[in-house]
Parts: sequence; structure tokens; C-alpha cells
Amino acid sequence: MAVPERNEFFIDPSRCIGCQACVQACSECDTHKGHSMIHLEFVNRAWSTQTVPVVCMHCDSPTCAEVCPADAIKKSGDGVVQTARKPRCIACNNCVLACPFGVPKMNTGAELMMKCDMCYDRTSEGKKPMCASVCPSQALFFGTREEVESLRLRSRPVNHFKFGNQEISTKVSMLVPRETQAEYLDVTSAMNEKTSGQVVFLNMFEE
Amino acid sequence: MVDQDRDYLSQAPDGKPHGEQPQWRQDFPVDIPQDNYVSRREFTKFLVLTSAAFTVGQMWIVWENWRRARRGAPPAQKIADLKDLPVGSSLVFHYPTHSEPCLLMRPDENTLLAYGQKCTHLSCAVIPELEKKRLACPCHHGYFSLEEGRPIAGPPRRPLPRITVELRGDEIYATGVELRTV
Repeated sequence: MAVPERNEFFIDPSRCIGCQACVQACSECDTHKGHSMIHLEFVNRAWSTQTVPVVCMHCDSPTCAEVCPADAIKKSGDGVVQTARKPRCIACNNCVLACPFGVPKMNTGAELMMKCDMCYDRTSEGKKPMCASVCPSQALFFGTREEVESLRLRSRPVNHFKFGNQEISTKVSMLVPRETQAEYLDVTSAMNEKTSGQVVFLNMFEE
Repeated sequence: MVDQDRDYLSQAPDGKPHGEQPQWRQDFPVDIPQDNYVSRREFTKFLVLTSAAFTVGQMWIVWENWRRARRGAPPAQKIADLKDLPVGSSLVFHYPTHSEPCLLMRPDENTLLAYGQKCTHLSCAVIPELEKKRLACPCHHGYFSLEEGRPIAGPPRRPLPRITVELRGDEIYATGVELRTV
């Protein structure tokens, strides 16, 4: 079985209301019961309540698989990067550190990397992933490109990203406002800056 | 050999075509279809090498059997005097080499029995239980019959090697080892 080519995954962060429905639905799944493979991140928690759901972007050149010393991360023929193979994974955390999107997480108890595999058991049968099936604002959308283009007139899908010198194209698309230009930030230059979250954290202890 | 025709799904990070990638990338591809792909040449190589290994193994077994047959029986060795072995007792001796402990038993007046002491399961030392007419291995509760040395209970499947014993006057001699498989 393979994921039908017509169906694609779209993430629209501007529609996310932070309801955690996707997180709960993900942790319901029997293959990783109790562990959510989706991360609901705050963009800037000090200043805004805006959240972004982070699922695996399924890169064309998956960095996690490139850095895996145990050959545990594989991509199936339909372009879905599968979670680590349990007999092979040595829990070295390379993929956790290398993924530019911060998707893989180490399950230290099981000594196994676990990540989103786009609900392969569901999507390969033509169903929606758990998160997309429950998302009330459809920030997580699973369907055809024509559908998303007719539904989201002011958005356009983007699946090319740049992290420093690394250019990444992905199977999953982000929806961005149609008229905006792509901006590339030099992520490495921000490494020495104090983050706004850190300022708040320090103030808390000074008071 | 690099197979140019296979369509790769993943791109290498340097963006170069797969034909120019190093050998390790061909050996450990990210894509499952490429990982499962076995070329006819590789499969044939696997078949030839494994059957060659099996053939060599069989020839080695034949060679070892031939060597063992050529060696002949080990020289006779005196174990004990008959008067040192009262009825219903047993003693341990080493035959044919010092590393092979054996048991000599005298269950009744006219019978002398000798077996190798290593259990055929995992080489623990077996203990004679003459009153129960058996040999017991304490490690995994394996039992051998006293008369034949054959397994009667527990994990062992092969009989103990039988040591042929000869009475020369009043002296007991071990004259040979009878290795048995069934």
C-alpha cells in the first residue's frame, strides 16, 4: 500500500487556534499510544498566544536519515519518511539534533526515536491522518492540491525552505499568504542573541 | 557497480546525481525500494558463496571422520583394582586423555559399566544413582539409564559415550571409547 499521490498534507499556521486536538488525536493512535508525534509550538510565548503545529515535513533529502549511523530511518516509495526501525535504532539522538524542523523526539524509556509518519496506516488506505481529521480550523489539511487552492484563495503552498546554507524541499507544504515574498533568515546569526523568552525568564527570578 | 537506471526518490544533500555518489550511499540508501533492491548479480554471488561454504563444511566433516577412523582405538589404560571397587560403588577416572572424566560403576558382583561423565546436553558432570539404576545430571535434571547410558528424561537427546572395560586378572582396564549418536 502507498499513500495516493493526489493527497497532500498542508499546514496553515495562521489558522491554528492552539486547541491541542491534534496532539490528543495523535496520542490516541495504537502504534504509539500515549505519545504524541505532533508538536504544538508557541511562536513567541512571551508576546503572543499564536501556536504552530509541527508535523514531519517528509523532506526529499531527509537530514534525519542522512545523519543516522544505524541506517534506521528509511523513506518509503511514496516519499514518506518512516519512523526509526526499532531493531536498528541505537538512540544516539543524531536525528533529533540534525532535523531542521525539530521533528524527531527521543523516547528514552524505549531507547527509540519516534516521529510522525503521516499516520502511514491511515493515509496508505486513503484516509486522513489523525491530526488532520480532528483539526477544527483545518490548520492541518489533508487533501488534493485543487481542493486547497479552491478553499484557500489568499494562500499559496510553499515546500522549499532554507536553513543557513541548507536548502530543503519537502513533501508536506506550508500555506503562506499569497502575496508575500519568501524571506530567508540567517538562523545561525541569531544563535548568540538573547531570546525574548530568556529575558522574561531571567526577570522572573530577579523579582 | 552503480546502477544508473534505478530511479531514486531521495536526493543526496550535495544535489549531485546518484551515479556520482560515494559507494556507501549506494550500499545504505535512504529509500526503502532501493534498500530492498537486490540485483541478479548480487543474488547469484550470495548463492555461490553460501553453497561453497556448505560444501567446504561437508568436506571438513568427512576429513575429520577420516582422521578419527585412522587414529584407531586409544591405548588400554589401567583404571583400578577390582578389590578397590566394592559392589554398589563407583569411581571417576580420566580416559583417554586427562580432560575427559569418566565414571566406572559396579552395580552388582559380575557387572562393570563405564561411561563418559559429561552430560550430552551441556557437559555438566553426571552423578551415578546406582540404587535407582540411573545417572542424573543435576544442572537441568537430565537422566540416563544405567544399563545403556541412553537418555531417559530431561533435555539430553544423545547417549553418553560408552567406555569398553576389560578385566585382566584382578585389574580393570579401559580399552576403548564408543561414541554414540543415537
